[in-house]
Amino acid sequence: MNLYDIIFYFFAVVTIASAAVVVFSRNIVYSAFSLLFTFFGVAGIYVLLNADFLAITQLLVYVGGILVLILFGVMLTTNVVSVEIKTGTMQTLPATIIVALLAGLLGGIVWTTDWFVGKRLSEVTSQTTSKEIGTALITTHVLPFEIASVILLVAIVGAAMMARRERSNTNI
Amino acid sequence: MIPLNYYLLLSAFMFCCGVLGVVVRRNAIVVFMSIELMLNAVNLTLVAYSAFLGDVTGQMLVFFVMVVAAAEAAVGLAIIISLFRNKQTVNVDELNILKW
Repeated sequence: MNLYDIIFYFFAVVTIASAAVVVFSRNIVYSAFSLLFTFFGVAGIYVLLNADFLAITQLLVYVGGILVLILFGVMLTTNVVSVEIKTGTMQTLPATIIVALLAGLLGGIVWTTDWFVGKRLSEVTSQTTSKEIGTALITTHVLPFEIASVILLVAIVGAAMMARRERSNTNI
Repeated sequence: MIPLNYYLLLSAFMFCCGVLGVVVRRNAIVVFMSIELMLNAVNLTLVAYSAFLGDVTGQMLVFFVMVVAAAEAAVGLAIIISLFRNKQTVNVDELNILKW
């Protein structure tokens, strides 16, 4: 077991444990904060998989953006007066059965399939993947790139429109 | 060297956690976090395939998934906040205003 394996198992354990806490914790703030550790663990595994640029993007977008947004959502939607910060579950038994079936299916597929493994990305690319990603973004994937920018613009406008407080005297 | 199976098993576990959270939890924000968990699991799968195939196209897909996740986070939280403003709750079993 070399250092690479130890780092993988460390990040895998962090990711698994905090993902379980996200789902099973009764306190919604604990869920939000353990989501942070899940994102960190996934970012660490990205680094192990030669996706250095994606790891940074994961930290910037998920930890810096989405998680802060979720924490704002938590703060804005929990009643401060009547502290209703604990949340319940529903339909636990059928959901557990179905998810166990799904987990068995996914795990069986992953474990029994003889996956094709080509040359590793670390052997193909020079050192970082930033150059390849940048080149692909403006050559082969330029149309999805532009569509993504339009999606972000529409999402910003839509979110601002939906979340603003309605004025009572105007009806627009 | 860690084989591809381990990465895929890890992401399958994360995906199942996310599915369980979406189905079981009552709070809409926890459902939301579980959706992010599932998107992260798929991203991890794509990055693992990309690394073991020696091709950056998988990482491009991850970028677009991240874009959609960010847009979904913004719009979804706006919906949740305006829902809370109208109904004073974010429990998904008490929200049935779309029911005919």
